[in-house]
Amino acid sequence: MNTSDQVSIRRSMLGRARGRGAARAGFALWWTQRVTAVALVPLTLWFISAIISLESASRADVAGWLHSPLALALMLALIVATFWHMAIGLGEVIADYVHGEGTKLAALLVVRGLSVLLALLCAIAALRLGL
Amino acid sequence: MQDVRDALMLARTSQGKVVRRPLSPHLQVYRWPISMALSIGHRISGVGLAIGTLLMTWWLLAAASGTGAFRVVQNFLGSPIGVLLLLGWSAALIFHLASGIRHLMWDLGVGFDDGAYRASARAVVAAVVVATLLVWIVGLAVW
Repeated sequence: MNTSDQVSIRRSMLGRARGRGAARAGFALWWTQRVTAVALVPLTLWFISAIISLESASRADVAGWLHSPLALALMLALIVATFWHMAIGLGEVIADYVHGEGTKLAALLVVRGLSVLLALLCAIAALRLGL
Repeated sequence: MQDVRDALMLARTSQGKVVRRPLSPHLQVYRWPISMALSIGHRISGVGLAIGTLLMTWWLLAAASGTGAFRVVQNFLGSPIGVLLLLGWSAALIFHLASGIRHLMWDLGVGFDDGAYRASARAVVAAVVVATLLVWIVGLAVW
């Protein structure tokens, strides 16, 4: 490698850094992850206690539990917070460990898509049981 | 050169020859302080919990779709494999919760003092053991 290679690499380094720009939308992701984390502290504790009380439950018991507006609201909040937090967290892990740009983009799209799909499935199931 | 960060690895010897700088030792070389184990544990438990959401989705969908489907899930969760999965899920959830509260404290700027982060790491481990045991004692008593 000669000197001119080195110079061009340093120039492109600055150029690429400029092209990437400031975090901007990245801050919203960081903040959303914290907001959902704070929400998930009480929601998770509530969910663990709910699971324990539903250990040997029948389908009717689960429907009866979700028939309470409070339980249904908390369950929907848990679903939204969980899958949102999960999508951001898995995205962070992928961004750190998956290096090829194409694979990274594909993995991020799969994670986003699955998170939304699973969240919708859970929410619809909870609504069908509770309403 | 694939990555822009590789440019930072370029240097010159005293003869003016361009060389790659040597890398510092990687993870497997170091012993594992508790804070390092908790840091990677937070990520691993997070990924594990993401897989665990499939279990929650199955449980809710089965309950919504009918009595028979729900009985299949409940029987599976009561089987040895199901109990093992629930044990792993509950431990991962409680760990991620406790460790996550530690991260939120750091976000508030609390707990960076020398010794404080080690004390909070030990508190997380203790809380996880106690809370997981408590959940399972109560859970098995109710069952």
